[in-house]
Amino acid sequence: MITRFLLQNMDKRGGIFLAILLGSAVLVPLSNLLLPASSPFHVPTSTLSLWGKYLCYALLAVSLDLVWGYCGILSLGHGAFFALGGYAMGMYLMRQIGSRGVYGNPILPDFMVFLNWQELPWYWWGFSSFPFAMLMVLAVPGLLAFVFGWFAFRSRVTGVYLSIITQALTYALLLAFFRNDMGFGGNNGLTDFKDILGFNIQAQATRAALFSLTCIMLAAGFLIARGIVVSKLGKVVTAIRDAESRTRFLGYRVDRFKLFVFTVSACMAGVAGALYVPQVGIINPSEFAPANSIETVIWVAVGGRGTLVGAALGAVVVNWAKTLFTSGFMAPYWLFALGGLFVVVTLFLPKGILGTAEAIWARRRKPDSTPAAEPAPAE
Amino acid sequence: MSLFHRLKHALVILVALVAASVASIAQTADEAFTRLAADSYSDTSRAIEILVSSAHPNAALIVEALNDGRLLAGPGGVAVKTAAGGFVDARTGQALPAAPVDMKPVRLNNAVRRAVQAALGGLGLLNPDPAKRTAAAEAVFKSRDAGLLPIVEAAIGKETNPRALAALRQAQAAILIAKPDTQPLDRFAAIEVLRERADQDALATLRALPGDATPALKDAQAKAIATIEGRLKLWAAAQNLWYGLSLGSVLLLAAIGLAITFGVMGVINMAHGEMVMLGAYTTFVVQELIRNHAPWLFDWSLAIALPAAFVVAGAVGIAIERGVIRFLYGRPLETLLATWGISLILQQAVRTAFGPTNREVGAPSFMSGAFELGGLAITYNRLWIIVFAALVFAALLAILKLTPMGLQMRAVTQNRRMASAMGIRTGRIDALTFGLGSGVAGLAGVALSQIDNVSPNLGQSYIIDSFMVVVFGGVGNLWGTVVGAMTLGVANKLLEPYAGAVLGKIALLVCIILFIQKRPRGLFALKGRAVEA
Repeated sequence: MITRFLLQNMDKRGGIFLAILLGSAVLVPLSNLLLPASSPFHVPTSTLSLWGKYLCYALLAVSLDLVWGYCGILSLGHGAFFALGGYAMGMYLMRQIGSRGVYGNPILPDFMVFLNWQELPWYWWGFSSFPFAMLMVLAVPGLLAFVFGWFAFRSRVTGVYLSIITQALTYALLLAFFRNDMGFGGNNGLTDFKDILGFNIQAQATRAALFSLTCIMLAAGFLIARGIVVSKLGKVVTAIRDAESRTRFLGYRVDRFKLFVFTVSACMAGVAGALYVPQVGIINPSEFAPANSIETVIWVAVGGRGTLVGAALGAVVVNWAKTLFTSGFMAPYWLFALGGLFVVVTLFLPKGILGTAEAIWARRRKPDSTPAAEPAPAE
Repeated sequence: MSLFHRLKHALVILVALVAASVASIAQTADEAFTRLAADSYSDTSRAIEILVSSAHPNAALIVEALNDGRLLAGPGGVAVKTAAGGFVDARTGQALPAAPVDMKPVRLNNAVRRAVQAALGGLGLLNPDPAKRTAAAEAVFKSRDAGLLPIVEAAIGKETNPRALAALRQAQAAILIAKPDTQPLDRFAAIEVLRERADQDALATLRALPGDATPALKDAQAKAIATIEGRLKLWAAAQNLWYGLSLGSVLLLAAIGLAITFGVMGVINMAHGEMVMLGAYTTFVVQELIRNHAPWLFDWSLAIALPAAFVVAGAVGIAIERGVIRFLYGRPLETLLATWGISLILQQAVRTAFGPTNREVGAPSFMSGAFELGGLAITYNRLWIIVFAALVFAALLAILKLTPMGLQMRAVTQNRRMASAMGIRTGRIDALTFGLGSGVAGLAGVALSQIDNVSPNLGQSYIIDSFMVVVFGGVGNLWGTVVGAMTLGVANKLLEPYAGAVLGKIALLVCIILFIQKRPRGLFALKGRAVEA
């Protein structure tokens, strides 16, 4: 029944997206593990990890699109939820190192030994258990989003003001996590992981499995988001985006709808962070930087706001371009390109790549009729 | 007995006394020179004490020579090698015809050096320059050297300069406190003197009261210490307040341009910090030009940089407004993204042109240095920045309230369509407002170049704080920005001693987030229909 709920109203572009994701989840790891390196269809492990990272970003972008594209909440602090999920995963991975650390302490991670700490702080308790850590991946960002959103939406903080305080939120967390006393590794963050669920984290098979899992989680995240936006609840959420006061006057509790969407989105971002950490091998406070969160917004804007598929597409395209740009002689010009992208997309592509492409496609197919214009998302 | 007899008797006694005292001076001096000639460390230290406490006329000469290793001693007497290279008899001060034979320099160790320093302090008390006397008294105050008490008391008797006199009295009090055999009455007086001085050193001196003092004295000491600690706490709070005002004025400078653009146009300009950075780099370029072509103008470099920075930042601002922002009116969130993109481009442009490292901007002479006001240490650059922030604020207020352009700006802020209907070219006002806001950011950059690193990231470090100020103060009212900036600055600095710099800042951010819940549109919110627009 749940499957039917999730798959109902699945449109063509969502179907293609899901097919590609699930296909990659199976085929890419297989090609990486089974084909010889000489084969033209072989996917090298480095590429696999890189694309795994892109897909984590894509999940983050989908979660942001859910709140920004469909609910009109421009969160400039979604990176905070991503990083919190990442830290929860990182804490589990740190505990798995055990006595293999530089100082060989079976309980305390290296940085705590270095700081002369005697025992594990209470908020590290339980992170040696994988299920508990996974619960925290969802619960910590979700709880933060719930508390923050409860305050913000109840008092009707909207628009630019909300954007700025979400930015303040992630900035405050950035400052906090930079402190050594916080017990999260300070400046260096958490790194030097050894294994996950008993599998060596560096092993090719583990990486392939992580990639596969990322594809599946992105598909799941997309299905949940899609399920929300096509449901009746999703209609109300869209109504809030387009005319918040009017929806409130119609009798809907606007703050509750917003809170629900915001919290779900934060949990999704937390999952993205948790998948990101084992594939990248490090989590540090720079993930909280406000610039990262703003960059996430541009992925969504580039791909197409309010399309979900577009958000994922934007994340992959922008990050792929970033890798391309920053690895060669063009490295100094990446910021020019990124900055230019912000300006060009907002000025000329308000619907993003996907929206624009579909508009062109629709016009070509039915040259005589005007495209069924969806109402442009209001601010 | 007749009067005459009595007088004669008295005279005889007097003569005898004078003769004895002269003899004793001569005798102690002899002892000092003998000890110097012996060239053992303990003898040398003792000799210095004797020379200073007997106020030997050549004491200063001898002790300074000893300090510089120019004092020679041997069986033939003691001589001083002058800085010019000649030789002088230490006892008489007469020049010696030839270099003395069989004399070698008097050696020093740390104990002797301490004695020499203390003696120099004591000797400085007789220096003709009152400032030098004050400094010497201060040195004695810190050393609490009991051997200098006679010379201090002698100096007090002769002192006419009030500052030097106060310093001498404090030095005397410090010695009296520490000396084991002082009369309790003198100690009471000394505690009183120290209580009035009321600083960290006075506290340390008071604590040097020997443990065997009478209970009444100890009581007085405890009371004095409590008073001084109270005073010091007050001064520390005042100092923090000053730092807070200073930080507040910096925030005000950084945020006030933002308040204008946000207030009038509802545009969140994420590139605002980069305008500040451009102002700072303009200062750098102006100073480079002056260094290379007209070094005598250096003290005027900031005055020249101000209009330059205003024009550069203002022009870039107008270009941004005309090129990008005007197409995005009514879409504040997208404006935010586009200006963020512009900020990335500007940062990278500056990084490409000037390199990623910090650039050094010099301070003109009137901005360097510091002075003390009571217990406050005030640096000139911070003082000038506060003054500058006040001037910029006043000028902006005047522009908004007194000029036709300001009138039009306010009209557009309050009701854009009505203003347009009245014949105001709103597009032009938008561009000018944006230029003005950016230009003010450029001015802020000139000021910030004096206290912060001039690097491409300069603007980034201020943008979030500036937003906090504007959001806290509320838009559409410059006074709100002032109150916001000063509140945040002072709160930040007052929290710092208790919570540490980072935690204080986090606490402040959390407070602002909570405050926004209470007043979603800031402290001084616009009321009326403009709110929902």
